[in-house]
Amino acid sequence: MSDDEERPVDDATGTRTTGHTWDGIGELDTPLPRWWLWIFYATIIWAIGYMIAYPAIPLLNGGSSGLLGWNSRTAVEQEIDSVAQARETLDVQIASMSFDEIEDHPELMDYARRSGASAFKLVCSQCHGSGGAGDQQLGYPNLNDDAWLWGGTKDDLFHTISHGVRNDQDPLARASVMPAYLELGILQPKDIGDVAHYVLAISGQDHDAERAALGATTFAQQCAACHGVEGEGNHLLGAPRLNDAIWLYGGSYDQIVAQIGNPQMGNMPPWNERFSEAQLKKLAIYVHSLGGGN
Amino acid sequence: MHNLTLVPVFCTTAIIAIVFAAFARDSAFATHMWLIAAMSMVAVIFHLRQIQWTADGRLVAKNGDDPTGYVDGPIRAGVIATVVWGLAGFAAGVFIAFQLAFPQLNIEPWFNFGRLRPLHTSAVIFAFGGSILIATTMHVVQRTCHARLFGGPGLGWFVFWGYQIFIVLAATGYLMGITQSKEYAEPEWYVDLFLTIVWVAFLVMFIGTIIKRKEPHIYVANWFFLAFIVTIAMLHIVNNLAIPVSIFGSKSYVIWSGVQDALTQWWYGHNAVGFFLTAGFLAMMYYYIPKRADRPVYSYRLSIVHFWSLVFLYIWAGPHHLHYTALPDWAQTLGMTFSIMLWMPSWGGMINGLMTLSGAWDKLRTDPVLRMMVAAVAFYGMSTFEGPMLSIKAVNGLAHYTDWVIGHVHSGALGWNGLITFGVVYYLTPVLWNRSGLYSLKLVDWHFWLATLGIVLYAASMWVSGITQGLMWREYSAEGWLVYSFAESVAAVWPMHVMRAFGGVLYLAGAIIFAFNIYMTIRGRVAVKRASADAGAMQPAE
Repeated sequence: MSDDEERPVDDATGTRTTGHTWDGIGELDTPLPRWWLWIFYATIIWAIGYMIAYPAIPLLNGGSSGLLGWNSRTAVEQEIDSVAQARETLDVQIASMSFDEIEDHPELMDYARRSGASAFKLVCSQCHGSGGAGDQQLGYPNLNDDAWLWGGTKDDLFHTISHGVRNDQDPLARASVMPAYLELGILQPKDIGDVAHYVLAISGQDHDAERAALGATTFAQQCAACHGVEGEGNHLLGAPRLNDAIWLYGGSYDQIVAQIGNPQMGNMPPWNERFSEAQLKKLAIYVHSLGGGN
Repeated sequence: MHNLTLVPVFCTTAIIAIVFAAFARDSAFATHMWLIAAMSMVAVIFHLRQIQWTADGRLVAKNGDDPTGYVDGPIRAGVIATVVWGLAGFAAGVFIAFQLAFPQLNIEPWFNFGRLRPLHTSAVIFAFGGSILIATTMHVVQRTCHARLFGGPGLGWFVFWGYQIFIVLAATGYLMGITQSKEYAEPEWYVDLFLTIVWVAFLVMFIGTIIKRKEPHIYVANWFFLAFIVTIAMLHIVNNLAIPVSIFGSKSYVIWSGVQDALTQWWYGHNAVGFFLTAGFLAMMYYYIPKRADRPVYSYRLSIVHFWSLVFLYIWAGPHHLHYTALPDWAQTLGMTFSIMLWMPSWGGMINGLMTLSGAWDKLRTDPVLRMMVAAVAFYGMSTFEGPMLSIKAVNGLAHYTDWVIGHVHSGALGWNGLITFGVVYYLTPVLWNRSGLYSLKLVDWHFWLATLGIVLYAASMWVSGITQGLMWREYSAEGWLVYSFAESVAAVWPMHVMRAFGGVLYLAGAIIFAFNIYMTIRGRVAVKRASADAGAMQPAE
């Protein structure tokens, strides 16, 4: 490259080449594009400035802290603290009051519903759905209706949310067992079919009257203790009401037979380890507001 | 190596594999060992069939290779492998895109999303991308060094088949559920060790050819190939350091843990993008674009400055994958600032690729193959602007973990890596099979537009979907509560997920046309003359 005269000039661009070729490929001796070079310099200068301002240089113990003193852990702690402070007064009030007292303060109720709704989206929506509609196929109860397994008052809901249902972690968890009538051999398939027709009858669905009449006796002997003489259910035992149109695992003949023969029983984790008392109350108030409760 | 000496080598491999299968601690490992045994036996039969008897009763092996010219056999095989793996990888991608929109398509356990996703990424990056990188490395290094491949056909075929076997072991492993849970480095320890052997052979082959070159200088494409091969070796070894639970079992534990593991993983992961998908493919660009356009490279100085700045800066950028995590702030800052400084070095390659067409822009009208390569460089420029932008912490806070990142990766992978590979295969096939041109340039045109439209649909739907997710996830009420549940964001982006899958279908349709065109060209059904040969006579556009 020492002698410019020896290097051929490319006709199309008028630029001298470097003089080498590889398999027919030459190279032009075009200088670096100025705009390219200046943007490159600018990014380097910016990067150096940023590295002086923020933590950047690895040292023996940790790194440089930067002129601005910014630190991601401190920044997030401050943000969480400021939000927590803003909520603290209201949360203390909610924790100290009964549900009846809270209800007398519309601003607390409004706050509780919004806070509860957010916590619901975080940890409840995975099973109960983001609108609380549940899932009949999987047996997650619908929270929008006024049918409640374990009671629908705010205190009932507070207990269920705090301790959960049929779990090993919390001794106060809601618990009950429905016997597997077929698997344990308590009832014959024919009897189970009869009882299912009876359940269809009391829930106002099409049924075989003759078989339902046979099933009534079995129902009185085997089922009424928990589900009630009329099939009205029992909140203390979490026994669902059967004489309405609302079903946890489905209300068809086959689904009822399946549930009697080998029952599915839902469970739910306790939330009192994760949430404060105020937060649990706010969740109860929110869930109560969904279904009207009782 | 003489072909006959390979017979005992493969016999021994088969026996050892059967012993390992017999002592295997898990069924997946046993399946892999049986697979290795079967492949070795096929190799034995293949080599035994090459034996001929001379008149005086001596054994000789057939040797069809020209002992003096360029070694092109493994390159031809590599081109075919590229086409086949491309189809497999794109089809897997389309399928998992539909799985995301329609979860019923998850077929347990072999074909669920969790197993098919690494199958897709490995098939497109390592199988499709890796096959063309190895093939073009062998092609370019011989031509630009004016030297026969170091190690001859033996080493060339070892690298080709070794790499293909690595792909088969990786892919079958994913389907059986073998993974070390490192993104883009999922294969387990024994597959990693095997790849290391193949890769070192690849490095020896490459450097050997460079050393015996007959050209005084090393061409720019070879600098990039060398950076690609050396850096991938280093990344692969360090990220995969692991201790197997048993030498007869597939499971191992990586020696890194916690945030060190995360940083090592993304140092690997980001530089796999930097040195596999960028440096390696820039090497391809530096040979095939000047060749196809029949023009000199735009700027020698730019190629030097952007090469050194690219390789120096890229290696630091990995921590930008770990913004706002347990990674110390100083490392996050370095990841971000080095990514910003990387913008212009990346664009240096784009400028050199595009401006090489100075004086030949008119060829874009007549040559769809060159158009494909140039569109690839344009997509390269777009993704290497988007990358530094996404690395800025404020932008990353919105974009991280969202579909935006998937869109970014695909505008790079489909646009840059995919299109340049198609262009190179369209160029290479007539050259390697000695045809006067391609079967159909019209079909190349169709492929170009299907692929481009597919990428646009893909990238646009992922921008919308990603920004929607980012905004919904961090939408807080005045009191600091989340406004949306995660499931609500899943429902919100569903239409975009369907559109993305449709974009993938278009891209796959283009690739099927591509495969047909290459197949017909290899069979010799050549209908047209090469456009670039014609275009040489035309006046350049002023």
